[in-house]
Amino acid sequence: MSFLQIKQISHYYFSRTNYTKALDNVSLSVDEGSFVSFLGPSGCGKTTLLSIVAGIIRPTHGSITLQQQDLLENDNEIGYMLQQDYLFPWRTILENTLIGPKIKQTQSSSTVERAKNMLIEMGLENVLNSYPSSLSGGMRQRAALVRTLLTDPSLLLLDEPFSALDFQTKLKLEDLVSTLLKKYNKTSILVTHDIGEAIAMSDKIYLMKANPGEIHQQFEVPIEVRNLTPFEARKHVKYQNLFDRIWEELNSLESRSAIR
Amino acid sequence: MNQDQQSDNALFKDHLKRLKSDRRNTIYWQLFIFVVFIILWETTSRLGWIDPLIFSSPYKVSTLLFSNLIDGSLWFHLRITLFETVAGFLVGTVSGIVLAFLLWYSRKFSDVLDPYLVVLNALPKVALGPIIIVALGPGYTSIIMMGAIISFIITALVVYGAFREVDPNYLKVLESFGATKWQCFREAVFPASFPAMISTFKVNVGLSWVGVIVGEFLVASKGLGYLIVYGFQVFNFTLVLYSLLVIAFFAAVMYQAVEKLEKKIIKKN
Ligand SMILES: Nc1ncnc2c1ncn2[C@@H]1O[C@H](COP(=O)(O)OP(=O)(O)OP(=O)(O)O)[C@@H](O)[C@H]1O
Ligand SMILES: [Mg+2]
Repeated sequence: MSFLQIKQISHYYFSRTNYTKALDNVSLSVDEGSFVSFLGPSGCGKTTLLSIVAGIIRPTHGSITLQQQDLLENDNEIGYMLQQDYLFPWRTILENTLIGPKIKQTQSSSTVERAKNMLIEMGLENVLNSYPSSLSGGMRQRAALVRTLLTDPSLLLLDEPFSALDFQTKLKLEDLVSTLLKKYNKTSILVTHDIGEAIAMSDKIYLMKANPGEIHQQFEVPIEVRNLTPFEARKHVKYQNLFDRIWEELNSLESRSAIR
Repeated sequence: MNQDQQSDNALFKDHLKRLKSDRRNTIYWQLFIFVVFIILWETTSRLGWIDPLIFSSPYKVSTLLFSNLIDGSLWFHLRITLFETVAGFLVGTVSGIVLAFLLWYSRKFSDVLDPYLVVLNALPKVALGPIIIVALGPGYTSIIMMGAIISFIITALVVYGAFREVDPNYLKVLESFGATKWQCFREAVFPASFPAMISTFKVNVGLSWVGVIVGEFLVASKGLGYLIVYGFQVFNFTLVLYSLLVIAFFAAVMYQAVEKLEKKIIKKN
């Protein structure tokens, strides 16, 4: 049995005048300790799918099991990092990272210690008591990552966590996140627009198409590329090959939807 | 390089100096207008160009102010009105925020209440005065209620609007940790709406004065609003103007206090 199973998920957004079919019959499974990416054009339902897995919205149809249990019964296992950092501006960095334990009412002096250590590990030792507004985008994103990891989730959901960053910061953060997740043996799902990022970081890539959101195709990342850090992976010849294949597939998707 | 910096510093100092003299100039003008106004008032009143019976004169008003200050009657009436206003302000603001919370908490509740809120908000609240006084009896309670009810609905609507405008992604973050609705409110919605709440405070201070003075017009036998009505009835407009000045002064003081509080809180965030 797989770690996470998504079974025939469909989701509609209803409004007064209209409805959108955001996801249509999406099924997939994710193995423990693996890193999976969702790639696809804007509006293909990636954020919707992550929000469903995170238990924030309830799917119209379908079910999800995490470690053979229905999702609704153990949603505490999941860490969700949104498209932007969404640090609370009225809390210091340290207080921001402690929000998870506070909500779950498991805060103790040892969690505070752990938060401090993780922030130091991320190179944020000088800003523990600063407010988010005084930090750069990359620092804020790292603080948000600490906030997500602090509750020790067994499944990590990352919604384009690097999209708002400059290229250099992004590459550095990819390496940091990748090594960190390997170290703690986390299962992770990443949503991204960036083909290169998907290949460099994942074991498996799902390509999605829009209207309605469906899984179009899946790609296995070659084992040689998987074992490299994201930065090194980008230089590998097999990375290039896969990049070209996905690129072509995305283009053909686009032209097909243009004809329709 | 060093010289450059020196001349830059000198430039900056010049700028500061100019700012300061600008400010002083403004203050001079403000004082000038005040003095001219008082002199004009006094002379025109003495010369009978304006009816001294209606417009009194600065001399008479300040004499009255002085004697009332000494015999304690200023403090006596002021104390009552201030208490009613502060209490009305607190009751109106706090209950408005509580209603805003309930509206935010239950979508159904706010949908159902919507037309009633629209009507109540459009209604001139002071028109409820007679009903309040009959229901609660003539006294502090109904005057405080007048001060409160005038800001209650508008506070609820404005603050509810602010609650709804909080970025839903903050709530998503909290929900991903399994937060309850109350936790979402406490950790995100309330603190994020703080600036909006403070700006309703500023409006409400003024509104509470209106409610309390009207309430005192209707029933009171003490307080600044009562003095105005009494002065009007016995045609003592020196008393009316004196009460008006005291009200204007303390309303401004309260407004300033809330503004100070706002600056302090905003700076902290
Ligand atoms: N709250 C909502 N109400 C109504 N429709 C929505 C809502 N959220 C998303 N949608 C619609 O559902 C579809 C999928 O949206 P979603 O945000 O999941 O896409 P996405 O793949 O994450 O896009 P992006 O890459 O731009 O972030 C879109 O057509 C969007 O318009
Ligand atoms: Mg998205």
